[in-house]
Amino acid sequence: MEMPTSTGIPNRKLAMWTFIGSECMLFGSLIATYLIYKGRSLVGPYPDELLNIPFITVTTFVLLMSSLMMVLALSAVQRGDRRMTKVWLFMTPLLGLVFLAGQYIEFSHFVHEGLGLSRNLFSSTFFVLTGTHGAHVAGGVLWLGTLWGLAMTGRLSEKNTVSVEIAGLYWHFVDVVWIVLFTIIYLLQ
Amino acid sequence: MATSETAVSGVGPLAEQEHEGTYAGGLWSWLTTVDHKRIGILYFVTGFLFLLIAGVEGELIRLQLARPENRLLDPEFYNQLFTMHGTTMVFFAGMPLIVAAFNIVVPLQIGARDVAFPRLNAFSYWVFLFAGVFLYASFFFGGAPDGGWFAYTPLTSKQYSPGTGIDFYVLALLLGGIGTIAGGVNFLVTIINMRAPGVRLMRMPLFTWMTFVTSVLILLAFPPLTVGLAFMLFDRMFDTVFFNAAAGGDPLLWQHLFWVFGHPEVYILILPAFGIVSDVIPTFSKKPLFGYPVVVFSGVLIAFLGFGVWVHHMFATGLGPIVNAVFGGATMLIAIPTGVKIFNWIATMWGGSLRFHPAMLFAVGLVATFVVGGISGVMHSSPPADLQQTDTYFVVAHFHYVLIGGTVFGLFSGFYYWFSKVTGRLLHEGLGKWHFWLTFLALNVTFFPMHFSGLLGQPRRTFTYAEGLGLETYNLISTIGALLFVVAFVPLIANLLYAWRRGGPAGPNPWDASTLEWTMSSPPPHYNFAVIPEVEARDPLWVRYDRETAPGEDVGARPLLQPEVPPKPVHMPSPSFWPLVLSVGLLIATIGFLTGLVVNLIGVGVTLIGLYGWAFEPAD
Amino acid sequence: MNDRKALVLTLVLGAAALQACGGDYPQSALHPQSDFATRLDELFRGIFWWAVGVFVVVEGILIATLFRYREKRRQERPKPIHGHTGLEIGWTLVPALILVAIAIPTVRTIFVVDRPPPEADLTVEVIGKQWWWEFQIPELDIVTANEVHVPVGRTVEFRVRSADVLHSFWVPRLGGKRDLVPGRENMLWFTADTAGVFWGQCAEYCGTSHALMSFRIIAAQEADFESWVARMQEPAVAPQEQMARLGAGVFMSNACVGCHRIEGTPAQGIVGPDLTHVGSRTTIAAGVLENTPENLARWIKTPQEIKPGNYMPYVALTDEQVDQLVAYLLSLK
Ligand code: HEA
Ligand code: HEA
Ligand code: HEC
Ligand code: CUA
Ligand SMILES: [Cu+2]
Repeated sequence: MEMPTSTGIPNRKLAMWTFIGSECMLFGSLIATYLIYKGRSLVGPYPDELLNIPFITVTTFVLLMSSLMMVLALSAVQRGDRRMTKVWLFMTPLLGLVFLAGQYIEFSHFVHEGLGLSRNLFSSTFFVLTGTHGAHVAGGVLWLGTLWGLAMTGRLSEKNTVSVEIAGLYWHFVDVVWIVLFTIIYLLQ
Repeated sequence: MATSETAVSGVGPLAEQEHEGTYAGGLWSWLTTVDHKRIGILYFVTGFLFLLIAGVEGELIRLQLARPENRLLDPEFYNQLFTMHGTTMVFFAGMPLIVAAFNIVVPLQIGARDVAFPRLNAFSYWVFLFAGVFLYASFFFGGAPDGGWFAYTPLTSKQYSPGTGIDFYVLALLLGGIGTIAGGVNFLVTIINMRAPGVRLMRMPLFTWMTFVTSVLILLAFPPLTVGLAFMLFDRMFDTVFFNAAAGGDPLLWQHLFWVFGHPEVYILILPAFGIVSDVIPTFSKKPLFGYPVVVFSGVLIAFLGFGVWVHHMFATGLGPIVNAVFGGATMLIAIPTGVKIFNWIATMWGGSLRFHPAMLFAVGLVATFVVGGISGVMHSSPPADLQQTDTYFVVAHFHYVLIGGTVFGLFSGFYYWFSKVTGRLLHEGLGKWHFWLTFLALNVTFFPMHFSGLLGQPRRTFTYAEGLGLETYNLISTIGALLFVVAFVPLIANLLYAWRRGGPAGPNPWDASTLEWTMSSPPPHYNFAVIPEVEARDPLWVRYDRETAPGEDVGARPLLQPEVPPKPVHMPSPSFWPLVLSVGLLIATIGFLTGLVVNLIGVGVTLIGLYGWAFEPAD
Repeated sequence: MNDRKALVLTLVLGAAALQACGGDYPQSALHPQSDFATRLDELFRGIFWWAVGVFVVVEGILIATLFRYREKRRQERPKPIHGHTGLEIGWTLVPALILVAIAIPTVRTIFVVDRPPPEADLTVEVIGKQWWWEFQIPELDIVTANEVHVPVGRTVEFRVRSADVLHSFWVPRLGGKRDLVPGRENMLWFTADTAGVFWGQCAEYCGTSHALMSFRIIAAQEADFESWVARMQEPAVAPQEQMARLGAGVFMSNACVGCHRIEGTPAQGIVGPDLTHVGSRTTIAAGVLENTPENLARWIKTPQEIKPGNYMPYVALTDEQVDQLVAYLLSLK
């Protein structure tokens, strides 16, 4: 399927890598803003009053597991194992959805405690940073869900390895970003 | 003119050149095209129209400033004019014209039949077009943006700019940015992956090299702008407090985010022009580029250093002596690789046989005038000296010298160079020379006096200046120069008409140039290369000059000449309208921010339809 | 060649600009009248001559090349030369050395001008507002607008702040620019060399009437400065003439009173400039109009026409009332 290329790397895969490079600058700018404004909110609620580390640790774990599922899905596709492809491609976005649900719960709890988007510097930076990440997760869920749909209708075979691989690249990247965010927002308060 | 050795046998009369069945005609074929040459033409035409519009805005600015305390334009309109002039020139004229050149030239220079992602390429164009049209729609819905092209907060906050103008600015740049980043990915992958056998990195023509570097700059520089714009949008629409000093936010954060983008952006605008000049000068000197690897790496170095100098736009904001010293020094460093380029170009010409074709005149004109702008840049780079220069007409002089004397001259050089390749017709050289000399004159008459008006105390972005400041003469001269620009456009337009009505056939290689785009007929067939070439040297079409050849033997050139008919059927990607659907979806979603959530959702829906239609379109 | 034309133009215009005396260019950065501005100017002049040198050499070589190697009839194909390491090193090093020559005085100057003054004799607080300037000298208990006096030969520190958007404080002949950033305080200082009226202007785009946000710094000899201070410390003089007395009545019974302060009267507004001594200013409306009776009347009748967008509204008054107001305001010396 893939055209021969100068480097041997399929175009789409290379494109994903370059896109990820660009995304690093996107999250880099958001994270830099978060760090610059850290501890500079003039009114509460402040992060230490709200952040629920145990809860987020669980959702973080869920997201990490979905990365594992992604690895398994890819290897299933490569092996041509259609049954397990369906399973793992189902599990990956499902765990992504669980993570998003966790984020939804967290956000609504914050809003309930009086931390609306426009409340203070913490809320503005926090919601926009984690929200951008959440939007990336949502996009990934949609993408992986589509691949799962293809698998279910028998339209995904080992010939499509690259399609799954680049979805995986994206998914792992989004995961790694979360690890960074988790560290910066929750662990290094 | 066309040298017989390189001409492919039998490039017939113009009519015959259109290979049967290669292009469908009609509007629909343009709306669904994924061909890089056609997309390049679309970019060129659109970018050129925006250049004229922004040019007219510049003329109005100059008319207002012709006399002190002039009342031709009211301040609100004046402020919209310079904002739209700057924004349009940078994002909707300069960049698209550059991308037009990427599109038309890069695949041809690397021996590819198209870019890596033809549909993504079409998508980039439509998004750019819609963003531009959207920005200009602001004039009809409550007034254009008036915050300057860098839209400093807090002036652009809801509190101080309650109208929708700034919203149009933010949304147009966000939308356009999507297309630009997609283009960056596309060209980077194309250059890394689509090279014909033998086109090693260190054999790529300089224009392709600078496209490569520029694509990297785009990918790394646009995200900070996106983030800044998103903050601004959220501050304006959802009351976040990113730039709100009353809530502890820092207005300078916007300046950092903007200039972390903005400085690399000016190198996005100049490096492709440098690339063009590096291809044109050797051709018309009949000598290979002097110091090829040095010219390549100096370009890479300029791009790299370009990320570490942004604070030079903020020397007066009070960041302290250490920050200013570091960034001032870093800025000065950029003069070194830039100078290296200048000297290598001169060395290329030294000992050559210089033919002053209009393309060459604009290239030499770039060398001559860019130096002036570069030097005034170095004057800015000294922070204490800049305390007097910043935000005056001295800066306006600096950046018009580099933007017109650099970017625009480079683009015109490329225009005269590749026009014949794209259309198959020759332009009139005499008219081209008139165009050059008039533009050159206009540039110097308009912008040289601004150095003085700036130092004598004229701040920029002022709709008027007081009598008694001693600025009258300088401003009047500038205005006269600006009108000369309009005169300078006459021979250009005349030349286009000439080429259209009577331009003779160009042949494959009218200037005896050395690179791959000159190996096929002009205009190139749909598939570019009937046979994918194999390249064995940096200047493939000049290899024969380098070697001792037996009389009559045509070493090196022959395998590169493209046969008229492909020996094997060539498979090209089919047209697609999904890129258009996708970009319409994004446009609707963007408009939704001004009209309401329902429209946002419709836009997202159309976008998703576009995405899925695209993804499931049968591969050719 | 046009390159030469540009060169000639440079020299002619340059000479013209540098020859003319500062009086013709009240807002010129090329005619410094303070220690601070002189430092900037000296640094600039040093860089300028390096720049001229680079310009002449580069354009000279370029033009020579263009002439010497222009295409000639029946010429052999030039020898292909691919590069020369020695030359590359040379034209990397020479510019680098020039830059070092520029960088050293630059850094020296940075550490003078970006730091607080060695010692300040007087501190002036500057508050930028769309589109006028408030000056306060807390140690002398002075509040005024758009015009401030400073003593010659004494170091004055300006602490600049903004009340709304970004502005930039710029008196070219006395000092460089310093931005007024909401949420921050910036600083600039200088010691004026000679007495005189120095024009300043806002240099950061700040909205509709950014072009009309000027001010004046009046450097005065010690004695003159002291008498200015003494005058400024007084509350407003009570109006003597009939017209002025009527004007005071108009002022106090109209919207004016809500926006302006006149010390010693019920007028204590803070939206607009302090008018306690408005009669002694040389200009009104932030340097836009000379302070004459006609101009004052025009200002009161048509503030939006004179300065589009500014925050002083049109107040409906009869011509007679306006004349009375003018008489009153001008009496506030
Ligand atoms: C094409 C775009 C372009 C390019 C290439 C450049 C190139 C440079 N620019 Fe410019 N710049 C702009 C576009 C560009 N700029 C714009 C648009 C603005 C204004 C933005 C705004 O405020 O609206 C701006 C503003 C700007 C500022 C901020 C001014 C201010 O607002 O206070 C500064 C400050 O340092 C600066 C510096 C430089 C320098 C040092 C270079 C260097 O890269 C130049 C290097 C080149 C040379 C020096 C000439 C060749 C070299 C030699 C011949 C070697 C020998 C030379 C020496 C030893 C000196 N630029
Ligand atoms: C590539 C970039 C570019 C280019 C080419 C130009 C070109 C010109 N610019 Fe521009 N300029 C900027 C980028 C550019 N500018 C930027 C970034 C700013 C800063 C904005 C800000 O502060 O926010 C700026 C600001 C700026 C100012 C300062 C305004 C202010 O601070 O108040 C001025 C003032 O003279 C000016 C003038 C001009 C003029 C006279 C031209 C001329 O070269 C224009 C030439 C004229 C034309 C190209 C049109 C002529 C053709 C016709 C009339 C054709 C007729 C129609 C048909 C045949 C259909 N520009
Ligand atoms: C809503 C507030 C408001 C009202 C009411 C108002 N002013 Fe003003 N006034 C201002 C502001 C703000 C300025 C500064 C305008 C500028 O320069 O941008 C100003 C400026 C002035 C100045 C020029 C001061 C200087 O030194 O530059 C004078 C004189 C003046 N006002 C007089 C009056 C008189 C007389 C009235 C009543 C008829 C009046 N104002 C009513 C707000 C007001
Ligand atoms: Cu205040 Cu411009
Ligand atoms: Cu810059």
